Amino acid sequence: MADAILEVFRGNQEAGGAKQYTVPIAPGMVVLDALHYIQGHLEPDLAVRWNCKAGKCGSCSAEVNGRPRLTCKTRMDALPTDKPITVYPMKSFPVIKDLVTDVSWNYRVNKKIPPFTPKPNTEWKMYQEDVDRVQEFRKCIECFLCQDVCHVVRDHHMKEEFGGPRFFVRVASLEMHPLDNVSRTKLLKNELGIGYCNITKCCTEVCPEEIKITDNAIIPLKERVVDEFYDPILKLVRKIRGTAKAE
Amino acid sequence: MTNETKYETHEHDVLIIGAGGAGLRAAIEAMAAGARVAVVSKSLLGKAHTVMAEGGIAAAMANVDKADSWSTHFRDTMRGGKLMNNWRMAQLHAQEAPDRVRELEQWGALFDRTSDGDILQRAFGGHTFKRLCHVGDRTGLEMIRTLQDRGVQLGVDVFMECTIIRLLTDGNRVVGAFGYWREQGRFVVLKAKSVVMATGGIGKAWRVTSNSWEYTGDGMALAYDAGAELLDMEFVQFHPTGMVWPPGVQGILVTEAVRGEGGMLRNKNGERFMEKYDPQRMELSTRDVVARSIYTEVREGRGSEHGGAYLDISHKPADYVKQKLPSMYHQFKELADVDITKGPMEVGPTCHYMMGGIRVEAETAASSLPGLFAAGEAAAGLHGANRLGGNSLSDLLVFGRRAGIGAAAFANKTSAPSIDPAQITEAERDMVAPFDRGEGENPYSVHRDLQEVMQNLVGIFRVAEDMDKAMVELEKLKQRAAKVRVEGSRLFNPGWHLSNDLKSMLTVSEAVTRSAVARKESRGAHSRIDFPKLDEQTWGKQHNVITRDGDRMKLQQVPVDAVPDKLLELLAEEK
Ligand SMILES: Cc1cc2nc3c(=O)[nH]c(=O)nc-3n(C[C@H](O)[C@H](O)[C@H](O)COP(=O)(O)OP(=O)(O)OC[C@H]3O[C@@H](n4cnc5c(N)ncnc54)[C@H](O)[C@@H]3O)c2cc1C
Ligand code: SF4
Ligand code: SF4
Ligand code: FES
Repeated sequence: MADAILEVFRGNQEAGGAKQYTVPIAPGMVVLDALHYIQGHLEPDLAVRWNCKAGKCGSCSAEVNGRPRLTCKTRMDALPTDKPITVYPMKSFPVIKDLVTDVSWNYRVNKKIPPFTPKPNTEWKMYQEDVDRVQEFRKCIECFLCQDVCHVVRDHHMKEEFGGPRFFVRVASLEMHPLDNVSRTKLLKNELGIGYCNITKCCTEVCPEEIKITDNAIIPLKERVVDEFYDPILKLVRKIRGTAKAE
Repeated sequence: MTNETKYETHEHDVLIIGAGGAGLRAAIEAMAAGARVAVVSKSLLGKAHTVMAEGGIAAAMANVDKADSWSTHFRDTMRGGKLMNNWRMAQLHAQEAPDRVRELEQWGALFDRTSDGDILQRAFGGHTFKRLCHVGDRTGLEMIRTLQDRGVQLGVDVFMECTIIRLLTDGNRVVGAFGYWREQGRFVVLKAKSVVMATGGIGKAWRVTSNSWEYTGDGMALAYDAGAELLDMEFVQFHPTGMVWPPGVQGILVTEAVRGEGGMLRNKNGERFMEKYDPQRMELSTRDVVARSIYTEVREGRGSEHGGAYLDISHKPADYVKQKLPSMYHQFKELADVDITKGPMEVGPTCHYMMGGIRVEAETAASSLPGLFAAGEAAAGLHGANRLGGNSLSDLLVFGRRAGIGAAAFANKTSAPSIDPAQITEAERDMVAPFDRGEGENPYSVHRDLQEVMQNLVGIFRVAEDMDKAMVELEKLKQRAAKVRVEGSRLFNPGWHLSNDLKSMLTVSEAVTRSAVARKESRGAHSRIDFPKLDEQTWGKQHNVITRDGDRMKLQQVPVDAVPDKLLELLAEEK
């Protein structure tokens, strides 16, 4: 059986660097299998998060050969074998140890978002065509790869001013829920800083759930913000028609 | 300084161990009752096993099949469990599940819809009617996100990546827990007036399993250590369809929804072999039957290329398959190079679910210890000898809620506990001991050997001879586990974490094996080669109960509660 060389980041906030490991390759093996091999046979203290091993829980995110990926869905046979496979922690979050990062910022952003709020006396009828687009957003497994890749977070470190693509997806899932009755446009504009997004689409490219983050979530939300804040006439029309959401 | 104040300490009314569906639902209800609540989990919030559930939530809403009702759901559950179920739990579960699902919708969950605008339901094994409310094949994700958002909104305190290693007691009352932060390795004391155990299952003790690293049976082992009773530990469910190839994905679940949507099982000769084993229900027979059928086909030389069976849904339109089973489509395409819209998958049995667990009261989810409650997979009773698909997610909602109510009520009528610090000192000493050993084995190698023992000797088909061997091996493994050594620091160190999880796995493995040796019959998921028949006279009337007696495990039999006459009539009825 052939071997692969993995170059894995080992270390913490204070110190660390890459370390190489030789791992035997089995058919169909994924990068997470290789990391487990290292844990189980070479260095039991290698820190890595995982749960489902099937792309469903979003725990195993890392940067493989420089690209943000789920390690449980990254096949070894899809990577070039002539050089070591590099595995680094997500760069946008502080390292705790090895491949484990501090993602608590994401949970803090999430808390700012007002929950689903139905109209009083809602009749619980919804049709598939009305929920289809929201179901796309609800596929999100919170792997935070989109947060990792977005330059506003990654290069400009704007974690206080900006919510990040994951939370635009979440806001979209609430705003477009057929029975939701509150508006989150002010939040989007102010606390979540949707204006900082300049639609580079890098987030969409890395999303393992293939959510069209930019086209289906961010752009429509940006339009809502524009309508709300920069087009008072449209807002008035909506109010009169009774289609505006409560604030 | 007392020992107690040496540690980071938090105090709540209700402490919930586990942030899966059961724990979160309990938290929401306990908060609603006015309790101060904390939830602890080994993983990050939203990553518990519940997130992986695929097929759906069973609830007799009668949105698709109008003839469905709680009584049919009750009957299906009892029959599926071969009447080993706690009848009262089965009744409450069937009656309350529809309201619990509606509640999820009112908290923002978006299920697939019928053309009338209601929640869509699909067929599943052992359910008479189309009963599983679902979202494609990612129902668990929808459920955990909904509950998690609701809990966060209500202001529950969440302690993530924190592992509990000991329940703290005052006499026999449970008054909190002691654990460590996985990140830093620091210890923490969580005091509470009542505790809910919602820690899930035990599958990681087997080699081929659909379960994650979290499923080491901690909750059951901790409750057992504290003196609680474990019920019917022999009933371990092997799901008929796990992936078998390639090796890295062996055991990963292939949802029963594939069969619910019309998937057919064939052997290497192209025969639809379920005709032989259950001609009426075919692929939608109960899981115990389908798992044994596949196993038998393979053993008799009619298996697929890599030792499983072929499961085929490619006769359905490709778009339909992609819409109803999107994650299966991706899972096979990306991990096994198989396009399930074009050809069959290879599948075989995988260790999946624990029917046994902490013995609880039906109404309140109270365990046999004052102050300790349990719900979800960690608790026992609802599913009897075999669980029907979809009945777990509904179980989490129904009994998670009841545990929340029970724990909040208990907390409300009791005073703040006192904790004897000696138990904390002891737990800390045991936990750090593997760092101090100059030499010793790597915990991973002990874990691998344990998995082989349980896989090979206490698997789908059991026989006294194998299980006696397993008991001897488990004893040796216990001694090895007590001497493992870990390297590195306390900072996020999985080898160190495993050194402790091993103890839980060994406790539950021993409980499973002892109970399985004792039950000299075949019932539901428990199949004995040496006792292939049901024994209604003796074993049909008794449960196995495990308790701790000093350092030894004690096994007793207790009678099965008789089903009241009114419900017996329901059981006898045909549909
Ligand atoms: C792949 C898969 C698919 C499934 N599909 C379905 C389905 O379609 N329908 C269905 O009804 N059922 C399904 N099941 C079963 C169902 O998902 C589980 O039984 C259920 O989710 C268990 O929920 P729970 O709340 O009891 O525990 P879990 O969701 O597993 O949560 C356990 C929690 O306890 C925590 N914990 C454990 N030990 C400790 C400790 N020592 N200290 C602190 N915290 C701890 C964990 O971190 C976790 O947060 C499926 C299971 C799997 C594996
Ligand atoms: S499209 Fe916007 S949110 Fe997405 S990566 Fe680019 S800047 Fe970030
Ligand atoms: S939107 Fe996609 S990339 Fe971002 S967290 Fe969710 S699943 Fe991951
Ligand atoms: S381990 Fe769950 S997504 Fe990779």
